[in-house]
Amino acid sequence: MTPNLQVFLIVSAALFSIGLLAALSRRHAIFILIGIEMMLAAANLNFIAFWRFAPQPKPPLGVMIAIFSIAIAAAEAAVGLAMVIAVYRHYRTTNVDQLDQLKG
Amino acid sequence: MNSAALIIIAIVTLAAALAAATLRKLMHAALSFAVALVGIAAFFFLLGAEFVGLALVFIYIGAVAVLIVFTILLTRRDVGEGRGFNWGGAIIAVAVFGGLTWSILKTQSLAIVAPRMPALTVKQIGVALMTTYVWPLQCVGLLLTAALIGALILVMEEKR
Amino acid sequence: MSKSIDQVFVNAKQWLLSCLAGSPTWVIQVVSSLINIFALLAVFLTLFALISVLERKILARMQNRYGPNRVGPFGLFQPIADGIKMLIKEDIVPARADKIVHFLAPVLIAAVAILTLGVIPYGRNMTLFTIDGGILFFFAVGSSTELAVFMAGWGSNNKFSMLGAMRAIAQMISYELPLIITVLPVVMVVGSLTPGRIVAAQAGYTFGVVPRWFVFTPWGVTAFILFFVSGLVESNRTPFDVPEGESEIVAGHMTEYSGFKYATFFMAEYIGMFAVSGLAVTLFLGGWHAPARTLEFIPSYLWFFAKLSVLLFVYVWVRGTLPRTRVDQMMNFAWKFMLPMAFTCIIAAAVWHYTGRGLRGWLWSLVVIAVVYTALSTLLDTRRKFAPRVYRFAE
Repeated sequence: MTPNLQVFLIVSAALFSIGLLAALSRRHAIFILIGIEMMLAAANLNFIAFWRFAPQPKPPLGVMIAIFSIAIAAAEAAVGLAMVIAVYRHYRTTNVDQLDQLKG
Repeated sequence: MNSAALIIIAIVTLAAALAAATLRKLMHAALSFAVALVGIAAFFFLLGAEFVGLALVFIYIGAVAVLIVFTILLTRRDVGEGRGFNWGGAIIAVAVFGGLTWSILKTQSLAIVAPRMPALTVKQIGVALMTTYVWPLQCVGLLLTAALIGALILVMEEKR
Repeated sequence: MSKSIDQVFVNAKQWLLSCLAGSPTWVIQVVSSLINIFALLAVFLTLFALISVLERKILARMQNRYGPNRVGPFGLFQPIADGIKMLIKEDIVPARADKIVHFLAPVLIAAVAILTLGVIPYGRNMTLFTIDGGILFFFAVGSSTELAVFMAGWGSNNKFSMLGAMRAIAQMISYELPLIITVLPVVMVVGSLTPGRIVAAQAGYTFGVVPRWFVFTPWGVTAFILFFVSGLVESNRTPFDVPEGESEIVAGHMTEYSGFKYATFFMAEYIGMFAVSGLAVTLFLGGWHAPARTLEFIPSYLWFFAKLSVLLFVYVWVRGTLPRTRVDQMMNFAWKFMLPMAFTCIIAAAVWHYTGRGLRGWLWSLVVIAVVYTALSTLLDTRRKFAPRVYRFAE
């Protein structure tokens, strides 16, 4: 039996949901970032799967989008983690529930 | 595409991802996140996109995971208890998963097997990056530079 | 005749696999991989045992002593004695350690080091793991070492371990950039990320004498030196073994490891050294090609390992000669000198390519490198910042 597209999409959906779980349930800022990264990776998996299962011949569009999205995710992680450090320096906490002030 | 390999990789990836989302110790969660990323890279290999898989390992394990563990180290006073777990999030996540699975299984046009495909070489990707996608590539370069500078400015010591 | 000796290992593997003819394809695939893995481990673990005793012998010679000479002829069985000693030592895990992470760190670091060996072509048709982006695989997998080192430092729950791990990661990240960027000119000139193709591109001789290895071009020799120095740092060898500076932080991230786990770290360090040297041979020294046409009858894998041994000797030689650098000096060197020079190599390679790859290109790329080198040396001249050293003895 060769796996069909649905299998990959379900795995990707599961990964996305787990990322969502991490982003919504955990109160620690780094967990939220991990969750977001996981959702992005799930989206990449979708792109690659759809690219692989598309009729032949095809341009490597899905692969390109995945490459760019990985690069952008890296930039996002760098800035996000820098923000976590900056916030921690200021408030001495990384719990997002306690960061409820607009005043610096 | 080998279904035995697929099942093993899927189980490892999802278990690691679940561990990353739920483990109490932050460092363990970050390391499971790295394992989950290796699993996703293995999926990319399975789907014939080796270059993307390698790029994923290179960028995520070599850079992002190291960044995450460094951040955990720098905000150490907060590590210990992963206190507070919002069960509402779990309900939403399960609902989203259920909805997605239901709609995927419902769509008959998705029940297709992969067509035969010539291997995608690194050279093809390189040519595409340098011709069709040269503007996006430059934009990503600019974005990364901006992100680098931005991150540096954010973590610079505040002058008082 | 020489051809069959050259291919003896490939043929042996084919013969072994032909015994399995008729089994399902997946069995043959698995057995084929297992043979590869077994061969790789056998060769490199033997080499590790050999080099660990030879290093001590060579170092001893450089320091005017005998070195290990008790166990076996010329002390050659020393690694066996060391191995037994390491195995029967007590394995101490600190009470406050993060036990899982502490256990997994040496496993990961050894696995990563061995994986990187797989993509290097050891002889004609002798690449164990043929993949389109082999060089990328090498660096992608190799970059996990940082995570393993961090796990060792964190899992030990010890200040010295953590400091050592931080130092190790800082220097690995800093020197990974020149390491990868010096590979780019070769990749650009060959137009492929496959190690096999890179070796194939270095076949033949200019004027029938000088082999067409990349190390014989100005950009190639610059890139090779930069690559070698970065490799020294990546494998935490003296003079860049700051992460495990005994006089400052005990043994860095390995402080809390004992017995066989420590031996695993030790092995991973050496195997990482083999991997980086092997890649240097592949990229710049012509891989398994013979240096002269008259010597081509010697099997290709012997040439590869001869070149590898020369590089390993230089590693030991450097260790016997140079003192440890300071952390800030090392970082400054990486960012202010190595990185600009690495970029210059790319430009010089492009100049070499577009001026026809001949003598003219050779000279022009030499000019580019010379100009940048002079400019950098002038800019970074720090001699005037240092006052003459004053010695304060108890007078």
